[in-house]
Amino acid sequence: MLKDVTLGQYFPGETAVHKMDPRTKLVLVIVYIVALFLAKGAAGYALVAGCLLAVVWISKIHLKVILKGLKPLMLIIILTAVLNLFYGQGEPLVQFWIFKITKQGIENAVFMVLRITLLVAGTFMLTYTTSPIALTDGLESLLSPLKKIGAPVHELAMMMCIALRFIPTLIEETDKIMSAQKARGADFESGNILARAKALIPILVPLFISAFRRADELATAMECRCYHGGEGRTKLHALHYAGRDYTAYCLGALMLAGVIVLRRFGL
Amino acid sequence: MEPVLEIRNVSHVYGADTPFEHVALDNVSLTVGRGEFVGLIGHTGSGKSTLIQHMNGLLRPSNGQVLFEGQDVWSDAKLTRRLRFHVGLVFQYPEYQLFEETVFQDIAFGPKNMGLSEDEVRARVLRAAGFVGITEKELEKSPFDLSGGQKRRAAIAGVIAMEPDVLILDEPTAGLDPVGRESILENIRAYQAAQGASVIMVSHSMEEIASNVDRLLVMNDSHLVMDATPAEVFAKPEELVQMGLAVPKVTQVLLKLRELGVDVPASAFTVEQAEKLLLPLLKGGKAAC
Repeated sequence: MLKDVTLGQYFPGETAVHKMDPRTKLVLVIVYIVALFLAKGAAGYALVAGCLLAVVWISKIHLKVILKGLKPLMLIIILTAVLNLFYGQGEPLVQFWIFKITKQGIENAVFMVLRITLLVAGTFMLTYTTSPIALTDGLESLLSPLKKIGAPVHELAMMMCIALRFIPTLIEETDKIMSAQKARGADFESGNILARAKALIPILVPLFISAFRRADELATAMECRCYHGGEGRTKLHALHYAGRDYTAYCLGALMLAGVIVLRRFGL
Repeated sequence: MEPVLEIRNVSHVYGADTPFEHVALDNVSLTVGRGEFVGLIGHTGSGKSTLIQHMNGLLRPSNGQVLFEGQDVWSDAKLTRRLRFHVGLVFQYPEYQLFEETVFQDIAFGPKNMGLSEDEVRARVLRAAGFVGITEKELEKSPFDLSGGQKRRAAIAGVIAMEPDVLILDEPTAGLDPVGRESILENIRAYQAAQGASVIMVSHSMEEIASNVDRLLVMNDSHLVMDATPAEVFAKPEELVQMGLAVPKVTQVLLKLRELGVDVPASAFTVEQAEKLLLPLLKGGKAAC
């Protein structure tokens, strides 16, 4: 079912990771990604992976949930592994027809798979532990210096917030419409590509109509509450850094430094 | 009465093994007889919608069986799909599922999926439109140009056109004006009488339930807690109130009268029944209030 889509989903919780300021989490995710791309050898990857596991452990998110989220990326991961396996330079270990597998190829394949998995899993931790509202608040706050050069930061954040807010609603709506059309005998699972594409019309038409209707209603509701854009707007939940945020920043910096040092030694 | 649909010890769990795990149905069993008009009530989130989606094979029970005419509907994929034509389900606000260019084509969607001939589809669409009072002129209009009430009718006709043996409606009158409500209920009764079909209706209006159904199912916290005649169910007002439900307004009046010391049985749940009970009292001058 569509409800099983976990990508970008938020799992509420009361852990330190959940309560952390969204700005901290956003910055740390960037630091984490940079560290991941700087890591060169096994020790560097181990350090980054260890940090991720620690965060997962603190946040009490089940590893099963993360693995389930990685499932849709299986194809890309396997493809990368296979491509890297055959594109290594150096002395071939195994050779058949035009293919050869080298030690470097194996190394590359393992590290690339690790890199993609860690990259995606790390960003999952951000969306799993941060509500969409907090996320956009954090983003808006981090990008607010750009307002000086005339970028509509608040408007973009608001648009993103609304888009995120309506994803579950639209998924639910799609589910409902699908059920209703299935109840009238619609068949989405059989037939060739053309037949399947045609079978989507009974879902897409009502879905678009309802999305437009919702957008219209939301615009009216916002207008009724005197929404006039970002200027002079204050927040109900203003963002404040707490002790844990400084600790997290320090640990993030340590991780980055560690990876750079390890890289120096080629580890 | 010949049983058509049987729900046997059905349980349903949403989101098993996630933090959102939720038991929506817990060991529910019931039988629907041919030609019966059954009401289904329960507060929001009590499991009504989950229950009716099991009746036409949209949801697969986590546990238990659903039988249509004695056959387990999940034993064969073809049977599951066929069940949807025999058990028609009209969702809440069904007008949001309209999609075709004309009302005619939209109503024809179900019958076409059944693989019927063009003539048969046409005949069924006209019959269904007749049941719900959609004129031939309206059949050629875009469904999006109809009024709210007419949209609802067109959507209901889309299910009726499959001529199901069991017609299930989830709050068919929600959001309509009183005249629209009564006329849709009339349409449903007309279909039931003409086809000898069973009807299961979910509603939050006790008055609607009281004046239409032969039998009443009450859901509470994922359990089926009552399965009896409306008279028997409405004889337990305290239990209903505890479940976030109520008895019909007239029954409330009678109960209040009893509280005030008037000797009148609180067994009426439609205005007509109450009239029969109260008129003699008024004429006889025995009333003490």
